[in-house]
Amino acid sequence: MAESNITSDFHLEVGDHGHDDHHHHEQGFLQKYIFSQDHKIIAKQFLITGIISAIVGITFSALFRLQLAYPDTAFPFLESLLGKWAPGGIIKPEFYLAMVTMHGTIMVFFVLTAGLSGTFSNFLIPLQIGARDMASGFINMLSYWAFFISAVIMFLSIFIETGPASGGWTIYPPLSALPQAIPGSGLGMTLWLTSMVFFIASGMLGAINYITTILNLRTGGMTMDRMPLTMWAFLLTAILVVLSFPVLLSAALLLFMDRLLGTSFYLSDIFIGGEVLHHAGGSPVLFQHLFWFLGHPEVYIVLLPALGISSEVISVNSRKPIFGYKAMIGSMIGIAVLSFIVWAHHMFVTGMNPFLGTVFMLFTLIIAVPSAIKAFNYITTLWKGNIRFTPAMMFAVGLVSFFITGGITGIFLGNAALDIPLHDTYFVVAHFHLVMGSASAFGLFAGVYHWFPKMFGRMMNPRLGYIHFWFTFVGLYLVFFPQHFQGMGGVSRHYYAFTEFSFMAEFLDLSKFITYAAWFTFVGQFFFLFNFIYSIFRGKVAPANPWKSNTLEWTTPIKPQHGNWPGEIPSVYRWPYDYSKPGLKDDFCPQHIPDEELDYEDGFEPPKPVKPKEPAQTEGSKE
Amino acid sequence: MANLSVNPKALVEGERPGLLNASYGKLMMWFFLMSDAFTFSSLLIAYGALRIRSIAQAVPWADPEQVFTHTPILYESFHIEAPLVFVGIMTFILILSSVTMVLAVEAGHRNSKQEVAKWMLWTILGGLTFVICQAYEWYHFIMGHDTGALKVLVENGLGGLRQETALLVAEPGVMAVKNFHGEILATGSTAFSNFINTIDLVEVYIKSGNAAQMVPDLIRYAQEYNAPEVAALLQTGLNEYGAEGMLTHGGANMLVNEYGPPAFANLFFFVTGFHGTHVFSGVVINFIIYINVIKGTYEKRGHYEMVEKVGLYWHFVDLVWVFVFTFFYLI
Repeated sequence: MAESNITSDFHLEVGDHGHDDHHHHEQGFLQKYIFSQDHKIIAKQFLITGIISAIVGITFSALFRLQLAYPDTAFPFLESLLGKWAPGGIIKPEFYLAMVTMHGTIMVFFVLTAGLSGTFSNFLIPLQIGARDMASGFINMLSYWAFFISAVIMFLSIFIETGPASGGWTIYPPLSALPQAIPGSGLGMTLWLTSMVFFIASGMLGAINYITTILNLRTGGMTMDRMPLTMWAFLLTAILVVLSFPVLLSAALLLFMDRLLGTSFYLSDIFIGGEVLHHAGGSPVLFQHLFWFLGHPEVYIVLLPALGISSEVISVNSRKPIFGYKAMIGSMIGIAVLSFIVWAHHMFVTGMNPFLGTVFMLFTLIIAVPSAIKAFNYITTLWKGNIRFTPAMMFAVGLVSFFITGGITGIFLGNAALDIPLHDTYFVVAHFHLVMGSASAFGLFAGVYHWFPKMFGRMMNPRLGYIHFWFTFVGLYLVFFPQHFQGMGGVSRHYYAFTEFSFMAEFLDLSKFITYAAWFTFVGQFFFLFNFIYSIFRGKVAPANPWKSNTLEWTTPIKPQHGNWPGEIPSVYRWPYDYSKPGLKDDFCPQHIPDEELDYEDGFEPPKPVKPKEPAQTEGSKE
Repeated sequence: MANLSVNPKALVEGERPGLLNASYGKLMMWFFLMSDAFTFSSLLIAYGALRIRSIAQAVPWADPEQVFTHTPILYESFHIEAPLVFVGIMTFILILSSVTMVLAVEAGHRNSKQEVAKWMLWTILGGLTFVICQAYEWYHFIMGHDTGALKVLVENGLGGLRQETALLVAEPGVMAVKNFHGEILATGSTAFSNFINTIDLVEVYIKSGNAAQMVPDLIRYAQEYNAPEVAALLQTGLNEYGAEGMLTHGGANMLVNEYGPPAFANLFFFVTGFHGTHVFSGVVINFIIYINVIKGTYEKRGHYEMVEKVGLYWHFVDLVWVFVFTFFYLI
């Protein structure tokens, strides 16, 4: 009774406002580009904030790699760049740690969570499911501005007297709970936590919007099993955000209390500088549990959107249907569910019960099954396809490569027996940089190259794209592959210099090599940056459907305005992966063209028209 | 066709309620509540973990029946200690406000503006009463019991890590160390001094009826019972602050409390405070919706779905309280 009322209300609302259309006034600059509620503008805001964050994050990594390769060498330019962080051109140990921490935080949260999922969920969800905008444009706008405030606070913390948070991106107490522990534990840590509270709010507002938009605002005929895999990836990512970030919120608030009000949630029996602290009864391991309950799903929050993007890009550019569409959805659901019950594999060395460790190990290793299904499906989609090596396709295939290389070392680290010696060594650094960092970054690049024409109405330069690809692909492998050997040799992460221990000093030459490779990769990114900015203004004007893709976003005008489609929203008649369908003149078959309007080759007997599958309640809501 | 601009209000065009036949707004509320449920779950799990850890380290948890004994009027006028009576009344009021919220939603289905307004008002009143009750509860939790308690830190200078928090009960003729369940750990002169001497750092709360009278007595007992450290500390305190001034550590704050380990008060403050914030924001939101009902916003719109949405939030907040109540007051 109530439900039917609501449906007819929306119908009413559309009818009521229909006459407003022709005296709809032009929006001012502030409303159109700054406090916009248009999902496409918000997506670009996320993307550009993400790129700026990435520049800061990657620059930090390039700088601290110098310290690892040349621990006692002075680089005068470092002093002019970093000031008192690097007196005489040598980075101070506390600021080395600060830079590592900021690199991790910025890359994980600001670039690969907000920059990737924020950009493409916002941009693609309404366009690919056939909606005018997100369910709530206002909440969507709040989501971006909460993220913006969060980014501003985080970047401000770099400039304060005592430096930013320095306890690693996982901010384990007691280092993060005691302001007097190290310089970075002071104001920098407080700002880190404040920034994260805003970030969590942003993530939640965004995710709730993405989920409801996908569930409720699909166009006629767009059933769940006709959605592009990007949509499934974003839906599952958003569900992970909704369920895991609130736990980080609790963890962060309790940490706030420990820092500011002297509570003892994470602290117990502790001396600092010979002074007995009053804290009693808390547990630092409690923080690790709460943190990794977010932390592990976070890995998939970063990775799943990249996997969704690569599914779409690989299928389009192989001119073949995606192999195992339902298996892809099933394996993504499997990964999402499993990601919640494996968190303690980050904590094998906390002295946990070995039986518990075995359980977590088992679930961790089971994740290899859906991951392998995905990897095989990518390869079988490529198999015998008419592959077009567009820059987006190169990056998508590169993603598959990193996903496999980094995934295999995940099986090593998931084993408690192997993890205990390898824990916190460069082996772990290599593992997660390949599977989560590089793979997701490649998903981000693939997405930008693929949807740039839709975002800005112009094409990116493919030649610069290839140069960028080879710099990045070769560079990242040269950086992270050797780190496996360093890790197996026992080199610990978070060390300021490898000179203190002879077994580490042996790896100094390898470390120099890695630093050269890191700078090689770093330089390569400028090709992307130039290409991106240049193409926005001077790129070749894009055609309506440059990649001959089936999905709905290419049915909008080249530069869609707020509302996306000038007329009616197109209906959908099939899944999005009908490429190279036998009998058709074109090698693609857009979702919105009914079967009877398709162009068949001469002499080909078209199949009998099938009644379009439409969900209930289509009548009335469309007129 | 040429003019591409679309009225933003019409952007939900084509919505077809899918999951649970709910509109997007209701779905958003459900997903928000799901995430909030995870926030509270992790707080309650933290509670469980710290409590079990505390008991495993032989620091007994506080006994709620001895902590929450204040009830208005009964306490102020008759000095009757009634364990858990007041929190029972609070809980009942909050659950009643959930019932009135159900009635408001039901009236909304019948599009009866007057009744929605009436029941919303009752819900707001219920919520406000609960927040006020919580303030009373917090006040007495912070101030502690009449008798107060005095915190004395005894360091034996042995340099160990072991700490113990205990109640030092001193009455004429008796000097005993009790834990927070009232069990006597040590009594009599030898046992007492042995107890003090085996522990490196003792946090002692001295329960005293009348500070002005008890503190000098305590000093005497401490000397009699061979605990010169206690006596010296008390004497210093007496000289510096006077007997009444020494009672500052009664009740609870973030660092110490007279009821049990610090984690008990930390968790109590944080979790009930976090819940109270939810109740308070719920009251504010309900009030905004109430104003809209009075103004006839929803009558013009033709449905009272907004009341349903805030109703979902309100029921959730009540449900969370049931769990918080169980953990902090009953178990």
